Amino acid sequence: MSSTSTTLEKPNSGTWDGGNEPLKASYGKLMMWFFLLSDAFTFGAFLIVYGLSRHTHLPYTGDPEAFAYSTQWWPIPEKVFNAFPGFHGVDLPLAFVALMTMILILSSVTMVLAVEAGHRMDKNDVQKWLLWTILFGATFLGCQAWEWGHFITGDEEGMLLADGSRIFGANLTVNQYGPPLFADLFFFITGFHGTHVFSGVVLLIMIFINTVNGVYHKRGHYEMVEKVGLYWHFVDLVWVFVFTFFYLI
Amino acid sequence: MHHTGDIPEAQTRGIWKTFFILVAITALEFVFAFFMDAGTTRNVIFIILTLFKAFYIVAEFMHLKHETKALIWTIIIPLALIVWLMVALLSEGSYYFNSINSYFE
Repeated sequence: MSSTSTTLEKPNSGTWDGGNEPLKASYGKLMMWFFLLSDAFTFGAFLIVYGLSRHTHLPYTGDPEAFAYSTQWWPIPEKVFNAFPGFHGVDLPLAFVALMTMILILSSVTMVLAVEAGHRMDKNDVQKWLLWTILFGATFLGCQAWEWGHFITGDEEGMLLADGSRIFGANLTVNQYGPPLFADLFFFITGFHGTHVFSGVVLLIMIFINTVNGVYHKRGHYEMVEKVGLYWHFVDLVWVFVFTFFYLI
Repeated sequence: MHHTGDIPEAQTRGIWKTFFILVAITALEFVFAFFMDAGTTRNVIFIILTLFKAFYIVAEFMHLKHETKALIWTIIIPLALIVWLMVALLSEGSYYFNSINSYFE
């Protein structure tokens, strides 16, 4: 058996022996990054399927002014998403999506401001900016609910079918705007993103309560705000891509 | 309990600068959406502008620019592979479309 006394052994000080931070990031932040990477794969898969589906359908090649809904071709997004609450029947292409994008970018800014306040241990500022972020996040969710409601209900014209009947709005099997796959992908992609925003708002409310109770102040750092911040920016990042690939292109 | 005395001033100039860059790029996207005819050129412009926005969000807001090189590459390389898969499946989709549409010709 070994005769060396434990007290004479040198402490292990290798990279994985504890007491240091590989990649110079804390465990929690590193794991958040890897989670977000895996989440990016999921959204990447959604957008890849969107692109694939779109390329397997005929694009609309005629005059954009004469565009009409048909299952024959993939719809032009700005002809589908042209409604704005309170402006019924007015053609305002992408205006509401622009508003939603602005709200989400603003929420990202207030989130960074909360993280910045956390670095300075400024409890009041962290509270203030977290509250703004929650407000913008909730507003975005409300906008999305309206957008879904409008998409599901459809407009007065609907889509004229070959037998003379009309279909209005969209669900998972019928879609007045184009091929049913278009509506399915709309529900899945924006729905999955909306679920992320909702989870983000829940996380924000949790850290807001903790901040108010002084949990992080006693802990000596606001790293939890930073980690939730990473998640929140990721949600904004995903929206940037959804906005481009679903609404613009 | 008030610590207002020992709290340093907020350093927010960089944050607002990034915000205005993001807003400007989004505004530019709308300019292209309304004043340029749809087509491959416009789509390429949209994708380039989107990548710019993504860069500012990830690098500045998520602070990735200021992390170690190893962490930066750990995140960027898998995402680059995803982009490759996307391009590959887009061309696959076009091929599938062509083959089912010209089958009876």
